[in-house]
Amino acid sequence: MHIVVCVKQVPDTKIIKINPKTNTLDRRSAPAILNPYDAHAVQEAVKIKEKTGGTISVLSMGPPQATAVIKKSIEIGADRGYLISDRAFAGADTLATSYALSKALERINKELPVDMVICGKHAIDGDTGQVGPGIARRMDIPPVTNVIEVTEVNQKEKTVLIKRKLTNGYELIQSEIPCLLTVEKEINGIEYSPMPNMIRAARYEPIIWAVSDLEKVERTQLGLKGSPTIVGKMFTPPRPEGGKRLEGPADEQVKQLMDVLMEKKDLLSIQSSK
Amino acid sequence: MPEKFDVIVVGAGPAGTACALTCAKSGLNVLLIERGEYPGAKNVMGGVLYRKQMEELIPEFWKEAPLERPVIEQRFWMMDKESVVSFGYKGLEWAAEPYNNFTVLRAQFDQWFAGKAVEAGALLINETVVLECIVENGKVVGVRTDRPNGEVYADVVVLADGVNSLLSKQLGFHKEFRPDEVALTVMEVINLPKEKINDRFNLEDNQGTTIEIFGDSTKGNLGTAFIYTNKDSLNIGVGTTLSSMIKAKLKPYELLDYLKNHPMVKPLIVGGESAEYLAHLIPEGGFRSVPKVAGNGVIVVGDAAQLVNAIHREGSNMAMHSGLLAAETVIEAKHRGDFSEASLNLYREKLYGSFIMKDLEKYKDAAHTFEKYPQYFNEYVPMMNQAMSKFFTVDGTPKRDKQKQIMKKVTQERGTIRVIQDIYRAWKAVK
Repeated sequence: MHIVVCVKQVPDTKIIKINPKTNTLDRRSAPAILNPYDAHAVQEAVKIKEKTGGTISVLSMGPPQATAVIKKSIEIGADRGYLISDRAFAGADTLATSYALSKALERINKELPVDMVICGKHAIDGDTGQVGPGIARRMDIPPVTNVIEVTEVNQKEKTVLIKRKLTNGYELIQSEIPCLLTVEKEINGIEYSPMPNMIRAARYEPIIWAVSDLEKVERTQLGLKGSPTIVGKMFTPPRPEGGKRLEGPADEQVKQLMDVLMEKKDLLSIQSSK
Repeated sequence: MPEKFDVIVVGAGPAGTACALTCAKSGLNVLLIERGEYPGAKNVMGGVLYRKQMEELIPEFWKEAPLERPVIEQRFWMMDKESVVSFGYKGLEWAAEPYNNFTVLRAQFDQWFAGKAVEAGALLINETVVLECIVENGKVVGVRTDRPNGEVYADVVVLADGVNSLLSKQLGFHKEFRPDEVALTVMEVINLPKEKINDRFNLEDNQGTTIEIFGDSTKGNLGTAFIYTNKDSLNIGVGTTLSSMIKAKLKPYELLDYLKNHPMVKPLIVGGESAEYLAHLIPEGGFRSVPKVAGNGVIVVGDAAQLVNAIHREGSNMAMHSGLLAAETVIEAKHRGDFSEASLNLYREKLYGSFIMKDLEKYKDAAHTFEKYPQYFNEYVPMMNQAMSKFFTVDGTPKRDKQKQIMKKVTQERGTIRVIQDIYRAWKAVK
């Protein structure tokens, strides 16, 4: 079983500041971390490997300092890590990113056939969730998004049983292998990495590839050139106003509440509109 | 099978990193374990880094290290409620290479410094707490961390785990602190635009100032306050011995608030935005509080060994130098293949032969004297302010009469013999 986990280095958006003039993220104001969803993706690969054996590779695209997230993934339990890093990749949107990553995956697949790709649900700096499915489409393997449990991996039959999160429940899906999963946070808890992993990660030197290390790459599909996304406008949404607090004795409050509900009929019409 | 290193260093502060760097440079297999998210994440000091001891580890470090400003002026304030007597030294020779000292922000500096140890070949592991030393047959042979499969082994373990060194306490090297052996210091980093700092402190370009404040800054208790200039922020802090704080029922944060609102201090920091709030214990027991520093397979360095000269606000430089001496000892012990206490006691010899223990010996009575006789802080500082005020106020009194009045006031308030005693005692404590 060879699992490749795609990971991204992101600024910690919990503490990042927004440049008030450009409305873009001031990346220097926050430390760079492993995208939290991707950490769960690596952890899930580790859990699968515990049952099936095999190899876990991690793949990332980014500047040279992105090797930090590969090392972090090794701490969690990945076996090896690849970083594609080249000026030609810079400025990529989700289309160009999934193209570049799929080209790297082609090379990894040649070295050791890939049985499963796992990605985080989305990156916390972009929130699009498009790169995972984009890779699956380019690799022509089934994408399974919003995964909350990998129930069973059957290597003989080359199938995998998966729980997907839905708005009001979950669905159980059987997919063929190879396939691509994107995972939710609730799929697992990140375990405290064992000391041997920490030592291995501290020593580990990720494999770094430039564009020239990848085969049959259309340079026009890379980076800014390969990115059709145009940012029209960016703004900080206004803070929602605080709710109204009902005061007085209970029956008085109930009456007031009924008045409000009767006035705002749309509050009650959600069910029927579905 | 757990791994075995030549040396494990616990704590990536100035002492631990200096030791790890030096060991790694000589080709030893070094593991450096840090409990913070990264080196510097949990480390605190007022903010002055001395050039000399750092330079011994990394020549011309100022060309690449993340420093704030070279200090070109050191001011000392004897502060009363609404006045201050100040003196100091400003010299442009400190504004050029090789400089004298620098202000630094530890979160950035320590990270960079530890990076140098990693470049030299040390393995750095963050976010890992060492729970205890593994002791076999009376010899320290490794450490147990809080991680699964957390045991790691080494010929020597260097304890650089800071002021409250739980590991050396576990080994019985020193007891719990007495409240007069440690100072509690609280500080803030206050963001202020560079131009404002340069105006308020009379500085040009990237020059820096340090101000040490005695007297009312600690409400007359044994301790000091400080203001240091960074690039676009100020470090302001205050600390007293824990025993003084207990005796005077001071709360550290109240003391810092008092300082920030003091009429002599407020104009310097007004309009600034508080960016960080930090607190730390400082081992100020001095010479007599230094514990056992070497045992079978183990060496203690830096704050863990209580190496701080409170009078000269030197600590990180002593930490670095002790780390260097520990590394030299480990390297020599490796050649001999002997890591027994007798072999590692070379570190003790080196330490006691260096400026570190000589300086601590010189001031071995200073803190105790000033703690026992609080008049230096709570009587002489106000007296000095009153004297200066009187002397420089032009009111038609002849200057000679003024001098007489001042001397009379001093001897009246404390008594001639006591003044002479006080002077002698202070001289004896710092001679």
